[in-house]
Amino acid sequence: MLKAIMARALYIHWPFCLRRCPYCDFNSHVRQEVDIEHWKNTFFRELTFEQPHGEPLRSIFFGGGTPSLMPPALVGALLEEAERLYGFTSDIEITLEANPSSVEAGKFAALAAVGINRVSLGIQALNDADLRFLGRLHSAKDAQTALMIAQKCFNRVSIDLIYARPGQAQADWERELGRALQFGTDHLSLYQLTIEPGTRFATDVRRGAFTPLADDPAADLFALTRSMTAAAGRPAYEISNHAAPGQESRHNLAYWRYEDYLGIGPGAHGRRGGVATRRHKKPENWLAAVAEHGHGVAEQYVLGPSALASEALLMGLRLNEGIDLAALAHRFELRTGEMIDQRRLALHQSLGLVWQEGSRIGITEAGMPLLDALLGELVSDTLVAA
Amino acid sequence: MRFIRNFSIIAHIDHGKSTLADRLIQFTGGLTDREMSEQVLDNMDIERERGITIKAQTVRLSYTAKDGHTYQLNLMDTPGHVDFAYEVSRSLAACEGALLVVDAAQGVEAQTLANVYQSIEHDHEIVPVINKIDLPAAEPDKVRAEIEEVIGLDASNAVLTSAKSGIGIEDVLEAVVARIPPPTGTRDAPLKASLVDSWYDPYLGVVILVRVIDGVITKGLPVRFMQGGTQHLIDRVGAFTPKRIELPELGPGEIGFITAQIKEVEQARVGDTITTVKGGAADPLPGYKEVQPVVFCGLFPVDAADFEKLRESIAKLRLNDASFSFEMESSAALGFGFRCGFLGLLHLEIIQERLTREYDLDLITTAPSVVYRIQLRASRTDPAGELLLHNPADYPDPSRIETIEEPWIKAVIYTPDEYLGPILKLCQDRRGIQTDLTYVGGRAQVSYELPLNEVVFDFYDRLKSISRGYASFDYEQIGLREGDLVKMSILVNNEPVDALSLIVHRSVAEARGRGMCERLKDLIPRHLFKIPIQAAIGGKVIARETIAALRKDVTAKCYGGDITRKKKLLEKQKKGKARMREYGNVSIPQEAFIAALRMGEE
Ligand SMILES: Nc1nc2c(ncn2[C@@H]2O[C@H](COP(=O)(O)OP(=O)(O)OP(=O)(O)O)[C@@H](O)[C@H]2O)c(=O)[nH]1
Ligand code: SF4
Ligand SMILES: [Mg+2]
Repeated sequence: MLKAIMARALYIHWPFCLRRCPYCDFNSHVRQEVDIEHWKNTFFRELTFEQPHGEPLRSIFFGGGTPSLMPPALVGALLEEAERLYGFTSDIEITLEANPSSVEAGKFAALAAVGINRVSLGIQALNDADLRFLGRLHSAKDAQTALMIAQKCFNRVSIDLIYARPGQAQADWERELGRALQFGTDHLSLYQLTIEPGTRFATDVRRGAFTPLADDPAADLFALTRSMTAAAGRPAYEISNHAAPGQESRHNLAYWRYEDYLGIGPGAHGRRGGVATRRHKKPENWLAAVAEHGHGVAEQYVLGPSALASEALLMGLRLNEGIDLAALAHRFELRTGEMIDQRRLALHQSLGLVWQEGSRIGITEAGMPLLDALLGELVSDTLVAA
Repeated sequence: MRFIRNFSIIAHIDHGKSTLADRLIQFTGGLTDREMSEQVLDNMDIERERGITIKAQTVRLSYTAKDGHTYQLNLMDTPGHVDFAYEVSRSLAACEGALLVVDAAQGVEAQTLANVYQSIEHDHEIVPVINKIDLPAAEPDKVRAEIEEVIGLDASNAVLTSAKSGIGIEDVLEAVVARIPPPTGTRDAPLKASLVDSWYDPYLGVVILVRVIDGVITKGLPVRFMQGGTQHLIDRVGAFTPKRIELPELGPGEIGFITAQIKEVEQARVGDTITTVKGGAADPLPGYKEVQPVVFCGLFPVDAADFEKLRESIAKLRLNDASFSFEMESSAALGFGFRCGFLGLLHLEIIQERLTREYDLDLITTAPSVVYRIQLRASRTDPAGELLLHNPADYPDPSRIETIEEPWIKAVIYTPDEYLGPILKLCQDRRGIQTDLTYVGGRAQVSYELPLNEVVFDFYDRLKSISRGYASFDYEQIGLREGDLVKMSILVNNEPVDALSLIVHRSVAEARGRGMCERLKDLIPRHLFKIPIQAAIGGKVIARETIAALRKDVTAKCYGGDITRKKKLLEKQKKGKARMREYGNVSIPQEAFIAALRMGEE
């Protein structure tokens, strides 16, 4: 039997946004009206369906969409039900993604009162021109105000920024990031703008409306970001995530350390006991599925040891701490040689892209911007269904 | 015999031979409109897709002429591309006449000339057909004048057709009947039939196309192949109309097929003479000129485990195409494969494509090369000798080389004169020696002697592109000549890649090496480290490029929901890698091996 790690992380997806951002490929939908009571009951059934495992939850994450659009009472009701069914550890981390508009900032106190203790603020940029380009509804000033309120209401605040924007100069980003670091949040998610297929930006790029930043300058910005955050005491602990020691997102670490997690709500994914689950994406289909079957699972399949191991490597190597090969081998009952291509490992170690310490391996500072290419090299061919 | 007419349809590529054949079949009722498809005789997938004829096809039509008599017409549709010229020559040998199809807009082109001269050599009656008169750009009068001036044929009674819209079809048939002579031959003489073609049919075994000169072939007749020396019992006699029909006999002057329980095409060599076992003919008919492969390349399976499959597939393909050759080859980097010989580049491409598609094989094709003759000096261990070099990888120790000779061709290029300048430059760059240049109307005909190895790769493509497709090209081999030839190796990340090495003339080596390094720089994706690419002769590097290391390749955002997607990406990445070959830790995409040689706009 595979040694399952009990799910102690819960993800709840709220799929609605006021408007679709042009770069976004999340499961987000715009609806005029949402029947809150109906949604609450449907989430309740999903919570019941994902049977409690006996271990209390250590983290909950409200993601979206825009979960800050949820009425605080609904958030509170879901938390109450989750605690009743699963139990919480005393130090549970409960994060909610929020947009920094004035309306949403007005709810922060209420959200904190019902149990949210960490917010992740989608600030994205610190100047209005870039915010407009990114299709955001808030202004730079809104964002700062929202951030101040958030810092008053919540223990832990993280901010999201999108960089490597078209034509972004090194000096501009340096100044912008410098300001962001002065806000004093203990956590920053700093993403390079990625043109995802099927988004409006993808169409814009195809039509030549703008050209994404080339890889070489983007690589320079990546390095700059890592050195600035490190100097400011909030070094990268994952490709795009930076935190003061101890302030890492516990929930997201569960993904990267490939611990089990439950995912409910439209389009949510879960991993529990070697089984992958995916919920119906479209809100209406999800509602209907839960009404009919008591859960919104659209797809569920068993992951074999190779699939599990390759997922664990894909996620784990994103972290600075890397992975413990021996531990993974033990967990998936594989030989380490079956998981990692030893010849490539030696090659890339000699090139300074990978490090090895005892049974742990990880990606070096130089290797991080090349992670995807490195994964293709390191993850053993036999793990990946060709 | 008075009512038999045997004729080939010849033309430059794409002038409409197969389409005209369609109309003739349709007009005479060989197929109903419902059974008809475009270019019905082009029945191989690859022919249909590319819209070209590769293999000559013979059909028997029955036509009641205006004189009231019913004629047996044996029509042979031939390929227009120069690689398949031998198909034309065989067909011509079996006929008394030819329809010379000339495109009313394009006029006379290189293969028009090459084919018509062959036909004249056979003393054929030639009926000029000016086709595609429906085209807005058609200039039948100009073309008529061209046929008279350039070829020296009387074109005053040329038939004007549009094979596409069915204009002039009956006129063609009437001209065939009236102008092409009937065959001659004696029914009572000993059997003499020439073996025109043979192919493998999964149901019938080897099918043989014959032209009876004297005597009669019937079912049950024991026959002897005079050159092959084998004996067989005829078990089927028939013809294609184009549907296969069986007949009681084939008499003198007739063209049709026989089967005789033969398993391998090898045993039914084209050009052989068939006679009876008892009381047979004394002397065989003159055979055909043997076709010799002129272009060679190595074919290797991408997945070494596919070697056996490749061997079987090549053997099967050869059942139907005796004109390519193969022998096993092994390469340090590519493993086991085959060195194959082809009639030309189109032939190479077609075989390669058929193997990939019909047999579902992933192949690596090495650089095409020609055969070199090397005189070797004696060394302490080996005596002096001669080596025929098919593969650059077998290039001997240079200190032992006395001389190297390479095959040369005589090329005739026919072009509207506005493209002449760049064409002359192209030939000059390829070490050509101009031997003739004449103008006829707005067209120029230029002859060059060229080393085949300069032509083998992309000469034809370049010619077509610089002349916007208007220039045409024909060539014949004119023997071996000595040259200052050296082996150029390509090193990727300091390791020689044998599949990329080639033999070049010293005078063009540097330019070629630089070109290849530049192209490889674009063809090989960036890696995690920088990659030097070098061209070298012996130990001396003559050109060098560097592929910069990859700077960024990372998914910015990846949370719980994205694992599945990320894993798919990894699978795709691995699949892509499986299609590459690794040299010195560098993955080289399969296409690069051929594309590297394609000389750009030099
Ligand atoms: N407009 C027009 N197009 C024609 C006519 N005859 C043939 N074509 C077109 O010309 C192209 C070539 O015709 P084919 O019959 O395949 O030519 P081919 O001479 O058999 O070519 P190869 O066998 O490859 O040498 C096709 O696209 C035909 O549809 C015609 O009378 N008028
Ligand atoms: S707010 Fe977030 S989830 Fe909604 S559309 Fe914008 S980026 Fe996507
Ligand atoms: Mg044809």
